[in-house]
Amino acid sequence: MWRIIHQFGSPPWVYRFCDRVIPWLLPLTMLALVVGSVWGLLYAPTDYKQGDSYRIIYIHVPTAVVSLAGYYVMAFAGLVSLVWRIKLADTAMRAAAPIGAAFTAVALITGAIWGKPTWGAWWVWDARVTSMLILFFLYVGVIALFQAYENKAVAARACAILSLVGTVNIPIIYKSVDWWYSLHQPASIKFTGESAIDASMLYPLLGMIVTFYALFALLMMLNLRQMLTEEHARSSWLVKRLAH
Amino acid sequence: MSETLLSVSDVSINKGLRQLLRGVDFTVKSGEIWQLRGGNGVGKTSLLRAMAGLARVEVFGAINRCEDMLYSGHATALKGALSARDNLLSHPSGMGMPTSAEVDEALGRVKLQGYEEAKAGRLSAGQKRRVALARLFLPSGRLWLLDEPFTALDVLGVKILEERFIEHADAGGAVVFTSHQPADLGDRLNLLNLEQFSGE
Amino acid sequence: MANESSRQASNVSSGLPELNLSQFLWVQTRRHLGLLIASPGEIVNPLLFFLLVVILFPLGLGPDPEQLSLLAPGILWVVALLANLMICMRLFVDDFEDGSLEQLAMAPLPLAVAVVPQLLASWLASGVILSLVSPLFGLMLGFPLAAAPTLVASLLMGTLIMLLVGAIGAALTVGIQRGGILLALLILPLYVPILIAGTRALEEATSQGDPMVALALLGAGVTGGLVLAPVAIAAGLRVSLEL
Repeated sequence: MWRIIHQFGSPPWVYRFCDRVIPWLLPLTMLALVVGSVWGLLYAPTDYKQGDSYRIIYIHVPTAVVSLAGYYVMAFAGLVSLVWRIKLADTAMRAAAPIGAAFTAVALITGAIWGKPTWGAWWVWDARVTSMLILFFLYVGVIALFQAYENKAVAARACAILSLVGTVNIPIIYKSVDWWYSLHQPASIKFTGESAIDASMLYPLLGMIVTFYALFALLMMLNLRQMLTEEHARSSWLVKRLAH
Repeated sequence: MSETLLSVSDVSINKGLRQLLRGVDFTVKSGEIWQLRGGNGVGKTSLLRAMAGLARVEVFGAINRCEDMLYSGHATALKGALSARDNLLSHPSGMGMPTSAEVDEALGRVKLQGYEEAKAGRLSAGQKRRVALARLFLPSGRLWLLDEPFTALDVLGVKILEERFIEHADAGGAVVFTSHQPADLGDRLNLLNLEQFSGE
Repeated sequence: MANESSRQASNVSSGLPELNLSQFLWVQTRRHLGLLIASPGEIVNPLLFFLLVVILFPLGLGPDPEQLSLLAPGILWVVALLANLMICMRLFVDDFEDGSLEQLAMAPLPLAVAVVPQLLASWLASGVILSLVSPLFGLMLGFPLAAAPTLVASLLMGTLIMLLVGAIGAALTVGIQRGGILLALLILPLYVPILIAGTRALEEATSQGDPMVALALLGAGVTGGLVLAPVAIAAGLRVSLEL
């Protein structure tokens, strides 16, 4: 166990790991994206109420799910960096933040596009949309805080603390927004519950969720490798490795 | 009998990509007074802060010191809106928790009788410095780390402070301070010229 | 930061008496209250801000008393939240710049405990006063006087949680030049649950409902905040002081 932690704290090991995994994860993810999109967009049945517009959930729901998970990935990296002072965890945290923010933004935009034909408005104060918006600001806060510090080692510690505070708050925010929404639910909005989703629609959705997890991992590894290249530009192990 | 209150062994200090100091090595025993010397930017303040545990720079090497320390830097934690007495009574270092009578006596020692009730913001720069240094006449740590304590003091103030250093050292304490001026402490003064450890 | 200067306890005996914790906390609370009283602007300005923004709403929305009293819970809470944000922006700035914070960090007690006096003083001088006068502002918006106890109670708890959460952000941004807007970005999302619970309490109170659930949630927030926030605040201050 300790050896594994130690390995994950070693930049050369992680760099090598990224180098090995990316060549097969990249085509695999792309393939899954294509297959999932075709399945979801062409072969999944048309919704009897929403027509074909519902198909955007094959992008919307996976990005929304993964963006929340991404925050926890970022906060966990922050915790590791605070407790064990592993510099690599700082880098992982920084690598996760912009990707998570981008996923959240995609989820919000696809949500708006979906909302227009479904609810007749680009923006609706639905509980999930609202929570997603707040999550987006939590990500932006971490990124902005990192940018604001000149000393990047200090910035990483500050961001780790902030993301941990955010982690404690996310469940509270989600619960409170749900509560708020249930109290103010406008009559004009009727949302087809996801429990009623048919298997023929559900399986491609689950497939897409898994694919987007893989996409997040892939993007994070690419970002991490890039950052390690910048940070260790003058380290002997990297020079040797790149000379290969 | 002299105890070691501070030992600095093979300490290097980096500021950004620049190495300020390299291989600093010295030991402060009770009864000793040390002056850190060197030109502007050589790293006097950085080293002193590192010894106080307040480094804002990268520090490598080992610094061991007694817990019982008083640090006074450029920023003196004086509040202009509070009286001289209240400033010392409520000093955030929590050191010694002096009584009102002790504070008034300390202010007397730095020749600020009659200014106890004066708002610190109304005092001159030299008087403010004296209020800050009145901490040295209150129950305080054994090891004093003082950054430029003589700044803005007049001749009398300098003399009071030098006498207090000797008094403190004789009582088993130790003083480490930075200063550009040569201090008039005779053979009690140990000099550490930081130029010899300069990293460049 | 690879700071290896260890603070090893040596065998040198301390010449100082043990720190009297309660006395220290009391003295520090008095110091901060004294500072706040010495510069009344820090106390009065948030109140004036509160009043001004409350005045802006009828001017923007129209003077219809029905509509205003319907919106009053939300308006009062949003404005209280913004006033609190103003207070958080100033919270640690002076102490950071004049060296008080680093002296506090060297005091022989955990920083998480040592910051409590300042938070307490700040809450007494801002949150408590704002809560107590809020029914007056409520009257201007047609908020019923009968619901005033709920308004005061919810704001008393709400301003305390907001101060605790805001102080985390303030601690993290105090070393940053012009960190004010950044602070807003960091902490406003975290204020969402407080805003929801607070406005809920007022809506229940004005519609003959039961505000106790919402008030109990705020109470839970106060408890959780008092336990967790000082630790995060201290960690944030250590980052800003680069300790």
